[in-house]
Amino acid sequence: MTAGLLRRKLFWRNIKERTIYLLLFGSVALTLLTTVGIILSLATETFSFFQEVSIVDFLTDTRWTPLFSDKHFGILPLIAGSTLILVGAGIVALPIGLASAIYLSVYANPIVRRVIKPLLEILAGIPTVVYGYFALSFVTPLLRQLIPGMSMFNALSASIVVGIMIIPMVSSLSEDALIAVPRSLREAGFALGATRFEVATKIVLPAGLSGVIASFILAISRAIGETMIVALAAGSTPKLTLNPLESIQTMTAYIVQVSLGDTPQGTTVYKTIFAVGTLLFIITLMLNIVGQLVTRRYREVYE
Amino acid sequence: MDHEAKAFQKRLKKRAMIDKAFHTIVLLACAIAMLTLFILLFDVFRKGLPWLDMQFLTSFPSRIPERAGILSALSGTLWVTAITAALAFPIGIATAIFLEEYAPKNRLMAIIDINISNLAGVPSIVYGILGLAAFVRFMAFDRSILSGALTMTLLVLPVMIISAREAIRSVPNSLRLGFLAMGATKWQMIKHIVLPAALPSIFTGMILTVSRAIGETAPLILIGAMSFVPYTPTSPMDGFTVLPIQIYNWISRPQEDFAHLAAAAIIVLLVVLLSMNAISVFLRTKYEKSARP
Repeated sequence: MTAGLLRRKLFWRNIKERTIYLLLFGSVALTLLTTVGIILSLATETFSFFQEVSIVDFLTDTRWTPLFSDKHFGILPLIAGSTLILVGAGIVALPIGLASAIYLSVYANPIVRRVIKPLLEILAGIPTVVYGYFALSFVTPLLRQLIPGMSMFNALSASIVVGIMIIPMVSSLSEDALIAVPRSLREAGFALGATRFEVATKIVLPAGLSGVIASFILAISRAIGETMIVALAAGSTPKLTLNPLESIQTMTAYIVQVSLGDTPQGTTVYKTIFAVGTLLFIITLMLNIVGQLVTRRYREVYE
Repeated sequence: MDHEAKAFQKRLKKRAMIDKAFHTIVLLACAIAMLTLFILLFDVFRKGLPWLDMQFLTSFPSRIPERAGILSALSGTLWVTAITAALAFPIGIATAIFLEEYAPKNRLMAIIDINISNLAGVPSIVYGILGLAAFVRFMAFDRSILSGALTMTLLVLPVMIISAREAIRSVPNSLRLGFLAMGATKWQMIKHIVLPAALPSIFTGMILTVSRAIGETAPLILIGAMSFVPYTPTSPMDGFTVLPIQIYNWISRPQEDFAHLAAAAIIVLLVVLLSMNAISVFLRTKYEKSARP
């Protein structure tokens, strides 16, 4: 009697465990489904885009004018725009971010750290549209006083602000890498009479280099994918130029521009969103994979 | 001998000087980051604060700056955030539980692992394209709150899973083994041991992730959130706008007054985000005090 009851209880318990397992696995499967969804939604429209526009034109034409009557579909101007932004952002963010990381991990005392780290977190949590506002209402007017004749929308202002936006990312990821260098290594350096500068540049930085490089790569990928700052401050004139004082357009800003207009589904212009999005996806995916490989492969293993 | 000592002293001084100079440089770098934060906040508050009043919070957008407000944007943000959180919390926790407690060590799980970290790095605008193709067009949810919330759910899930996994991983293994040794099933162990111990830090991560989603603009522009919404949505199938899109719309107008309106709306947005941050910090410290044996 009791044995039968127990067996029945165990039976239902097993069923319950199985059901829960399946439910949990279902949610895991959703993550794979997301990737499949991204690839499918990009690929189908991109495929039909390339039936209307030759891929050679797409990659070599130097004009991008899908919204004009004389339509050209050369992606180069948009790539040039994105490159301009990422170079400028890199010049701002990489040195400042790395220096902040060195300051926090080598020089700063614990109290200062405890004040600065939350502030950096706040900086990282500010929405990008707010940075876009900052670019237009503060940085651009300031730059225009310094450089007369610069246009209202320009790559310089946008790239500086994108750089500011990714500083917290560079500094916190780099700091994680530098902090992970064992105390014993630094203390050995100090015991030999090294200054903090020498410990930082000859012991801590070389040991944590892979993490620092990974943080650079991930931050650059973030800069390429950044949308609102460039949509607001960099302008909307796709141009094959390397002059940061001019109005340009990035891949992301173009996608926003088309989405804001009422573009009917099925037109070539509508499909450009997906073609440009595919390129953006491939570029950032490659950067992210390289970033992860660098962290994984070259991580120094202590002990 | 004396000469050598002098040279050594000289070198020592030089090294100390380099150290000091370097200290100043890295300190300055850090100060620049802090300074921009303060300039940004100062600029926003100086321009926006005079425009921030009850009328601003309770009015619909308008062509006349003096009459414009953020009521529809606020309610849209609330709708999207609530649905996103309601979907992403359970799915995120479930995925994290599976990956930490059940997942076998095999190829498929390794792929899922890599896939999640890659998804976390996909630009938000690409999620917008996914939302446009999958929810707005394919499932025909149109430009509705539901489309926006589903897109946001997919966007926040990877980050949510990663932070929930860390929380679950930090539960000591001895607790698990002790409970299993008493004859509990795996799910009983998760329900009674793992989840109660990990929940506070899971929540901390979730709140932070959701606050990220509140500030997202680009994906919702893609799925077609509107900028002029003169009503408050009453169902998930309604058209909508959110705070960041209202801000974007006001910034992109040439008149100075609209820039100030944008600043006022930014203050509201930042207050919402900072109070969510504060809640998560509060939870974290409270948990750290009470849960550590």
